[in-house]
Amino acid sequence: MDATSVFTDFQFSDLGFLLEAAGRTLLISVLAISIGTVFGCMFGWVLSVAKTAGNITLGLILDVFRSVPLIIQLILFYNFFPIIGFNLSPFAAGTVVLVFYTSALVAAVARGGIDSVSVDLRRASRSLGMTYWQDLRYVVCPIGLRAVLPSWAGVALGVLKDSALVSVLGYVELLRASQILITRTQEPFLIITVVGAFYFALSFPISRLSARLERRWQYD
Amino acid sequence: MIEINGVRKSFGNLEVLRGVDLVVQKGEVISVIGASGSGKSTMLCCINALEPIQAGSIVVDGVNVHDKSTDINKLRRNIGMVFQQWNSFPHLTTLENVALSPRIVLGKSQAEANDIARGQLTHVGLEDKFDEYPSRMSGGQQQRLAIARALAMEPSYMLFDEVTSALDPELVGEVLDTLRLLSDEGMTMLVVTHEIGFARDVSDRVAYFHEGIVEEIGPPDQVLLNPTSEQTRKFLANVR
Repeated sequence: MDATSVFTDFQFSDLGFLLEAAGRTLLISVLAISIGTVFGCMFGWVLSVAKTAGNITLGLILDVFRSVPLIIQLILFYNFFPIIGFNLSPFAAGTVVLVFYTSALVAAVARGGIDSVSVDLRRASRSLGMTYWQDLRYVVCPIGLRAVLPSWAGVALGVLKDSALVSVLGYVELLRASQILITRTQEPFLIITVVGAFYFALSFPISRLSARLERRWQYD
Repeated sequence: MIEINGVRKSFGNLEVLRGVDLVVQKGEVISVIGASGSGKSTMLCCINALEPIQAGSIVVDGVNVHDKSTDINKLRRNIGMVFQQWNSFPHLTTLENVALSPRIVLGKSQAEANDIARGQLTHVGLEDKFDEYPSRMSGGQQQRLAIARALAMEPSYMLFDEVTSALDPELVGEVLDTLRLLSDEGMTMLVVTHEIGFARDVSDRVAYFHEGIVEEIGPPDQVLLNPTSEQTRKFLANVR
């Protein structure tokens, strides 16, 4: 290449840069998925218990998070804090928004899981002397989980990929890192391919694990 | 002893039980017959408080079931119930289905609970199905599993809610045989059924339900062969 060029080729050390960025994508996704799943299950439970009241309060709030494009949520949330006087790092803002977003998606899934267990079956477990919580823990959760595991895996994979949007706040995760490298190397095709492979490598374990659990839990 | 006194129960505007009186003595087998919608199943669900009541009282071994201070979970351990739809836990093997509540409700160890489960499954003739999942079993087998699961709590009373109604005809016999076995062993049973033959053979008394009340009750021969009530006569003429 011409020595006077401002651009430099893709180098081996750039893989390290991408790897680091993949680590950040993984970090923010794992945080969002794990915390979001915990909250989502609680919200889903509330929606399934308080059908009417839950839906016109919590359900409406969750609908907002599910319906407004994530990128808009991120920008609004990130820019809201400086207005009220303190700054939030792109990572913190991105994590919070992704957690809300994941919770809203998981809530619908969890609610479906709980509702998939028939009232008759729950009466049967109560008739054996189980408390409400024992029925929930030993009967409803395991059966509901089996029913909605594929949907949950879909949400998790979606969140992993949607975490790319946090790049708009300046958080250097995979997508942001790829943009930086493309600007420097002018080799978009190569870099986008490599980054795609990274996303695949991150997603693959989730879909494999889900498929494996699904197979193991097949009881008919 | 189960004492049902003037129980009234409504679903919205529909009054399903309109003053039910019935006493089940220890060791007694009572069959409850009557048309669909006459309130038989609802009454069973009121006995273990799966359904609340609006008036009257149900007293089991001196404990008022619908009293606010009653520990209903503790009471239910003593009242087994088997449903029309067997409601086996689909994610658990047969053995785990039966062992679950002795373990988590009665606090038995895993080994003790499994022993109880093996014993009860053998009792109902499922000794070769310990590791089978319910979905691989016939309706009759699943219904016997449900019976074993209820028996594992060592209840004093068993409530059977049309346990053969959802079964293919050829599977009814094996479930009724299990009920006969329990009756021979002296279990106190309240059996809601459409099997008139079974009611005649096994029951100490037969109760005929009509529009939310016990229209007639007495020994099987009396109620089934020489009913005094016009309604009972009509019903029996239709089912024969």
